[in-house]
Amino acid sequence: MSETPTPATGSPRGSWPLYEIFVRGKRGLNHVHVGSLRAADDRMALLNARDLYTRRNEGVSIWAVRSTDIAASAPDEKDPFFAPSGDKVYRHPTFYDIPEDVPHI
Amino acid sequence: MTETEAPGADALQEYFDATIARDQRVEPRDWMPEGYRKTLIRQIAQHAHSEIIGMQPEGDWITRAPSLRRKSILFAKVQDEAGHGLYLYSAAETLGADRDDLTERLITGRQKYSSIFNYPTPTFADVGVIGWFVDGAAICNQVPLCRSSYGPYARAMVRVCKEESFHQRQGYELLMTMMSGTEGQRAMVQDAVDRWWWPSLMMFGPPDDNSPNSERSMAWKIKRHSNDELRQRFVDMTVPQAEHLGVTLPDPELRWNEERGRYDFGTPDYAELMRVISGDGPCNAERVTRRRTAHEDGAWVREAAAAHAAKHTARHTGPDRTEAAA
Amino acid sequence: MSDEHLSASLAAGAEDGEGRWAFGTGFEDPLHGVDTTVPDGVDAGALAALCLALGDDALVGAQRLAQWTTDAPELEIELALANIGLDLLGQARLLYARTGQVDGTGRGEDDFAYWRDADAFRNVRLAELPRGDFAFSMARLLALSAWRLALFQRLAAAPDPVLAAIAAKGVKELAYHRQFAADWIVRLGDGTEESARRMQAGYDEAGPWLGELAADTSADALGGDAAGAAAELRQVWEETARAAGLTVGAYPAHPGAGRSGERTEHLAPLLEELQSVARAHPGAAW
Repeated sequence: MSETPTPATGSPRGSWPLYEIFVRGKRGLNHVHVGSLRAADDRMALLNARDLYTRRNEGVSIWAVRSTDIAASAPDEKDPFFAPSGDKVYRHPTFYDIPEDVPHI
Repeated sequence: MTETEAPGADALQEYFDATIARDQRVEPRDWMPEGYRKTLIRQIAQHAHSEIIGMQPEGDWITRAPSLRRKSILFAKVQDEAGHGLYLYSAAETLGADRDDLTERLITGRQKYSSIFNYPTPTFADVGVIGWFVDGAAICNQVPLCRSSYGPYARAMVRVCKEESFHQRQGYELLMTMMSGTEGQRAMVQDAVDRWWWPSLMMFGPPDDNSPNSERSMAWKIKRHSNDELRQRFVDMTVPQAEHLGVTLPDPELRWNEERGRYDFGTPDYAELMRVISGDGPCNAERVTRRRTAHEDGAWVREAAAAHAAKHTARHTGPDRTEAAA
Repeated sequence: MSDEHLSASLAAGAEDGEGRWAFGTGFEDPLHGVDTTVPDGVDAGALAALCLALGDDALVGAQRLAQWTTDAPELEIELALANIGLDLLGQARLLYARTGQVDGTGRGEDDFAYWRDADAFRNVRLAELPRGDFAFSMARLLALSAWRLALFQRLAAAPDPVLAAIAAKGVKELAYHRQFAADWIVRLGDGTEESARRMQAGYDEAGPWLGELAADTSADALGGDAAGAAAELRQVWEETARAAGLTVGAYPAHPGAGRSGERTEHLAPLLEELQSVARAHPGAAW
């Protein structure tokens, strides 16, 4: 168990929040998620993103969003949140044993 | 399976297994076996730590690089390594790891980094040979990881690999230039090659018959090729480059095997690898101490920024998001 | 995608000219198409002296920033300081190249960086002071970048087209350096008790060296405006202090000037390190 780090519950002293970074590669394209970084405030997040994710001229515009401010859908039945519906196997055709001599079903 | 069983466990495992079998990517919020998550966190963290510790052997040469062009290149390269560390910590954080916690594990010696960075860099030729061998070996290791089953790791590796190709080329180009220089420079290059060749082969890890975690990682498609296969690829790739450069690789057993269509080569000293991994390499203590000192010396800056941000948030009522939209 | 295809596409990506390299290729050459002959009416001696001095400021400043490598307070800061250092190195190289074109000696960038002793350097002395802590580094960066930005904004219209092009490119870089430093000074000044104390100390240490910057008139004959740059430096310095809750003392300026060849004891060891490998291997190719 010792290899699994504890997820951040209380931030340690001086720890900076996580930001998700979105970069518009060039005009005409959407902002695309490129990764995350740590920053103490929004301004720092933008400057840090510039240095980390666009140091080879990869972008014309950056969004930085606090990771905790992102509302995300659960990834369908794979998520434990939706696990209960995963047991409704009767919704799936393979649940039904069909004798092999019944054609085209 | 019957519908009366507890929901989940089996079905989730099946779904996960099917995702892996179809060669699709596992994404952060997907269910995954705890062992898969732990293995990934350990591997990605070690990889991130390697990038960060790997800044030290070369970083010392930035202030002494013998031309302004080389100075710029090396400065940019070492900066890239910090960037690669951040891409990787970012991938680890999608698995629920926390960067502060991972850093703590590094500086207290509880998590490892690549053994190669525990060797010293006494001459400027080391900068070139690190680029050629170490970054070359890293590319062999990392290009397959661009297809790793875990999405954020694979995507981070795509970025890293793109940038590593610059690293390898700059190293080789430096060595070509030095080989065309003075006799002293050629001797420096050969000396560095002699020192780095075997440690570079060890970067691929223990031999397959003694690599307990490899099989599971390959089944999970976290890892795509065995240690020995990657080591062989590196040798096959490097030998012609050495010939072109005019240096001798320090292995009397190295020769072309017509039948296999590959090079035969000697066995690295795996006892040395184990010693270095377990903390007894030439520079282990120095590397970790330096990272710990930097982290501790910087605490007041990180705390100040956090304190300022807290006051700033308190002073402004309501969220201020306007600055974030560039 | 197979490994081989991926390798190939990565290799192609490195050469696609879309600016994936951190230096050299794929970036606009700021001197592309610029005529390098010295225009009539421009004093070549003064131009060479100015390019050399501005190049020295940049090289020495970059060397101090490089000393933060592996030692920055946070990895994100590591990236930023390296970017700033790389910008300055780039400026130094262009300015040295121009110096060698103009002074008639045909010297190249490395001749200026590696084969001159401390007494031949003409950087302002603030640039050569030891690295110090992060607070001092930010105070120094603010002063040097605010002043240099003010100068470069004016030099972008210099009668020498090469210097003008170098300055125009530098303006964008320096605006970022200034912002980075000012942001950090505000965070540190307003952060914790310790950071406020350190930031004030950093300001107080850098402060007495600002007079030397303000008094430098060497750019005036070439499109610069010493008085304007000095005023802008003072304004940025004071406004940032106000925002950070720092006090600006009435610093008596240290006498003398780096521009006329006076040095602190800190430049010689800096150069000794910078030049050590190059000088140990005369005739070598790098």
